[in-house]
Amino acid sequence: MSTSTTSPDVPLEGEPRPGEYYGNPIPYLPLGQYPGKIIAIEGTDGVGRSTQIHLLREWLEIQGYGVVETGWTRSELMQPTIELAKASNTLNKLTFQLLYATDFADRLEKEIIPALKAGFIVLSDRYIYTAMARAGVRGVDRTWIRNLYGFAIVPHLVFYLRLDEKTLIRRVLQSRGMDYWESGMDMKLGDDIYESFRAYQRSLFKEYAAMAEEYHFRVLDARRKVEVIQDELRRQIGAFLAESEGAVKIESPAV
Amino acid sequence: MEGIDGSGKTTQLALLAKWLSAAGHSVVLTEWNSSALVKAATKSGKKKNSLTPMTFSLLHATDFADRLLYNIIPPLKAGMIVLADRYAYTAFARDTARGVDRTWVRELYSFAVKPDLAVYFRVPIETSTERLLARRVKLKFYEAGMDMGWSTNLVESFKLFQGKVLDEYDRLVDEFDLSVVDATGAITNQQRTFRKLVAQHLKIEDDHEHIDDLA
Repeated sequence: MSTSTTSPDVPLEGEPRPGEYYGNPIPYLPLGQYPGKIIAIEGTDGVGRSTQIHLLREWLEIQGYGVVETGWTRSELMQPTIELAKASNTLNKLTFQLLYATDFADRLEKEIIPALKAGFIVLSDRYIYTAMARAGVRGVDRTWIRNLYGFAIVPHLVFYLRLDEKTLIRRVLQSRGMDYWESGMDMKLGDDIYESFRAYQRSLFKEYAAMAEEYHFRVLDARRKVEVIQDELRRQIGAFLAESEGAVKIESPAV
Repeated sequence: MEGIDGSGKTTQLALLAKWLSAAGHSVVLTEWNSSALVKAATKSGKKKNSLTPMTFSLLHATDFADRLLYNIIPPLKAGMIVLADRYAYTAFARDTARGVDRTWVRELYSFAVKPDLAVYFRVPIETSTERLLARRVKLKFYEAGMDMGWSTNLVESFKLFQGKVLDEYDRLVDEFDLSVVDATGAITNQQRTFRKLVAQHLKIEDDHEHIDDLA
């Protein structure tokens, strides 16, 4: 069981391990012991995920690691459709979730799994937890969404960049401003976009907080300077990579 | 309405709609994979042959969810009859034949409304292939299961793939209590059987209404 000395992402007994499917496997894609790793960076908008990923990639590549980036809604198959659907007003919580899942499936089969097989480090800008948080806030059935993403692969590391409401609001307003979806305006919480944004982001924080334990997130305080967060990420990723490279040669002892 | 390509179900459905409308029922028709939402993605994915069994399945589920909320539930609430040319069973049969997990796809569609009546038009592969080829229907890549790479011959692949789909349908008949119509017979005979099934169903509902009125 977890104690203060175990790392937060050690799966408990009976839980799927990193590199395995969360639920029922895709029958035609059995997974082997692939050399690659998935590192997911989660967090709401405005926490600085893309900056951190950019810096991580640099650092990893300098050390000689092959890096592949994958990002939410960025599949070749679904990106145009998702953008179009967001621009129109016909989406509901169910179709929205299904578009996300299709996008994820496309990237999983075409980008993530091939990269794992080839020994790349996959840096994932958001992962299925983004979908789960958004679904949770909108009252989509929890079991349904978890079954849906049963075909997702458990990442080796999940970092959750956590921000508080006040900092988030200022950052978003200083960059590109509040938009319709990030403010949860589809949930019709009110006409005031500021109030809607606050209420929506607050419920997202709650969803992430609930998932942090369930999915063994490594939580980082994203209020700090970019360099400080980056140092922390590098330290943890460096330790993980060193450990897993060591583990290749050493058979794990019987318990 | 369920059945493989070439089972004649579209013909049967059109005749049924005529009959129901003539009898004064309000009828709406909804077709598998017809929502505008995923049309572009499906089209480009099919064109490039880049769909995997999973994305193929998820795109169809998205299409279904969209139609459910816009084209199926509102007419049901308005007391109309919704005739669906294919329903979730199509996904259960096809996606599983493509190698998608049987349980996963059933859970995926757990948001679907259970139909009041599900009719399966059963036909052997030879008959359906003959019908399609006689009409000079060009067999399509995904309908023929060419994505599975079982055969480079289109007709051969179609038969292999649809054969697996048929096996899945047979399983569904018991699991979901589908009413089976023999789709090899004459069009008129099939339609007679079909109308009988539907009539039995509407009668029951009319009785309910009648009872409610009395209460």
